[in-house]
Amino acid sequence: MIQTAVATWTVLGHILPELLLIGIGVLLIGCDLFIPRQRQVLPWLMVIGCITALIMVLGARPVTAFGGMFLVDGYAMVFKTICLGAVILTALSSEPFWQVFGARQGEYYSLLLFSLVGMLLMASAGDLMVLYLGLELMALPVYALVGMHKRDQRTSEAAVKYFLMGAFASALLLFGMSFLYGLTGTTEIGRIAELIVSMQLDANPALLAALGLLLAGLCFKVAVAPFHFWTPDVYEGAPTLVTAFMSVGPKAAGFAIFGRVLLYGLPQLQNHWGPILAVLALLTMAVGNITALCQHSLKRMLAYSSIAHAGYALLGLLAGTDEGMAATVAYLVIYLFMNFGAFAVLMLLAAPGQSREALDACKGLASRHPAIAALMLVFLFSLTGIPPTGGFIGKFYLLRAAFIAGYPLTVVGAVLFSAISAFFYLRVVRLMYMSDADDPVTLTCSPAMGAVLCVCLAGTLGLGLFPGFLLNWIVAALAGN
Amino acid sequence: MFSQLFFGYCALMIIVSGLLAISLRNPVHCVLMVLVLFFHMAGLYLTLNAEFLVAVQIIVYAGAILVLYLFVLFLVNLREELHLTAFVPNAWLGRIIAVGLAVGLIATIPAFTLGEKGVWTVKAIAEATHTKALGQEMYTDCLLPFEIAGLILLVALIGGLVLARRDEGGGECGASDDPEPHGDHKEVCR
Repeated sequence: MIQTAVATWTVLGHILPELLLIGIGVLLIGCDLFIPRQRQVLPWLMVIGCITALIMVLGARPVTAFGGMFLVDGYAMVFKTICLGAVILTALSSEPFWQVFGARQGEYYSLLLFSLVGMLLMASAGDLMVLYLGLELMALPVYALVGMHKRDQRTSEAAVKYFLMGAFASALLLFGMSFLYGLTGTTEIGRIAELIVSMQLDANPALLAALGLLLAGLCFKVAVAPFHFWTPDVYEGAPTLVTAFMSVGPKAAGFAIFGRVLLYGLPQLQNHWGPILAVLALLTMAVGNITALCQHSLKRMLAYSSIAHAGYALLGLLAGTDEGMAATVAYLVIYLFMNFGAFAVLMLLAAPGQSREALDACKGLASRHPAIAALMLVFLFSLTGIPPTGGFIGKFYLLRAAFIAGYPLTVVGAVLFSAISAFFYLRVVRLMYMSDADDPVTLTCSPAMGAVLCVCLAGTLGLGLFPGFLLNWIVAALAGN
Repeated sequence: MFSQLFFGYCALMIIVSGLLAISLRNPVHCVLMVLVLFFHMAGLYLTLNAEFLVAVQIIVYAGAILVLYLFVLFLVNLREELHLTAFVPNAWLGRIIAVGLAVGLIATIPAFTLGEKGVWTVKAIAEATHTKALGQEMYTDCLLPFEIAGLILLVALIGGLVLARRDEGGGECGASDDPEPHGDHKEVCR
């Protein structure tokens, strides 16, 4: 009779942040059911829970729990911080957004929290099983969130599309994982890397097929071309707040498993996946930036821009080193602030009954609301990559990482497409500052939304002016494991 | 020899019924094809000496989940098909890509080598009995994935509820809110 290691209660200490968030998620459903009058408490409860979890994550000591399935290391910490930040910003802007949008559902907050737990598990996954289950736990609530607002035909279609594509991508990922398991006999990511060396599998065609399937699945999840087709429709169809959340949180978590599988599980295959990713990154930037040029909807334009940014973020992975990964993580942090900021302004533009997602909606914004226009200006400059904003610094690190990795052509392409992207970002600026409004609108900015915009502005500008702090922290965290 | 033949039969049936399940027009026929698929999946488990999984596959998937699917089909009363615009405009392009992918994957099979063996050999499992081995593994080494799977079920429940529920009291918006009759009629999504 084979004896297995018995799980003890002490092991729960390592997953305390996740347990706390699950508890709050369940509590929120109860609160919504039993004290419906105090509904405005829900987002604050959630924000407090997330901040507590953030403190726990930042203060956690590196440890390997559940027999290597759950890793609490620097790598997990930085990604968890990004995901928690994304959810905190989403929670803060929830109440003003749903007030304008009209639909109000109590389950919204708990779904968001469960999705967050999935993201945290993805960041910490040391085993393919936990990685996949975390991915599903992250994705399922998002499918529901996308389809939550049923009055709009587009949302239902977006939800169905996202669900089908997500399931397809999961299937590809699982297929690749099953190959890996068959070849090595283990699902533990670190052990797979060891076994590939000891069994000399690195030139095995079956392993390369596994790599291809894994890459396809992962590229689907982070919307890298040519697996990006679902993104524009889903991002456009989903409620703006959910789009904002999807474009920062799940994307960062997707990059977390991307890096974990490639850097920690398949480092020996770097000479195979490096060039593939370089081509995919170039293709993604081309598709994202060039298609964004001819969009008439601001929301759809931002959707394509988020595809392009996934392409930039891939550049850091090419080298397969911690320094390169640090550039990607730094970019994801900056991207969190600037992209959420841009979406927050888009949310402000919306009024009851009108979504105002067209480019024309921001015509003459500067004359009526100079502060909001100036904020949008900063976010768009940052998305373009103009100094002194964070976007410039982030792109600079990424290009440097790709250059050191030995992909000068990709770097040239990235700079070129970055220049192209200036056209459509700055077109919005031109409309805001140099056109007259068609119909004058007054926007109301609630305190919570103001706080979100302030945080995004501080992040975008602060990280642009003092970039060393962020990169040093990330490099130290990644090296510390 | 027999087990290889049996495996080949099951694999072939799985592929055929899977293809039929996605290409037949009548949704009830599709579900029945999935039923055939599940039974042959159970057959595959049998070749792996996993008798407990066979029982679970038939009882849970074929017995419970498919019946649920049939109920859903009868309730939603699908009169017209849902059409999504295809991402790849030409169907033949998609088929060529799919066949190419399949050929590529099959070509890698000869290079496949088995990884290291785990501790649970057929003999060890027979000694400990299936359910005991499974339970022991699930509640010790695989505790975390097991619990996450439980959480996923909870999320699926909440998500299904959110999607199936009608918008109520959304009148604050007042845009194009046509009044829905509040009857017993339930809308089932997914």
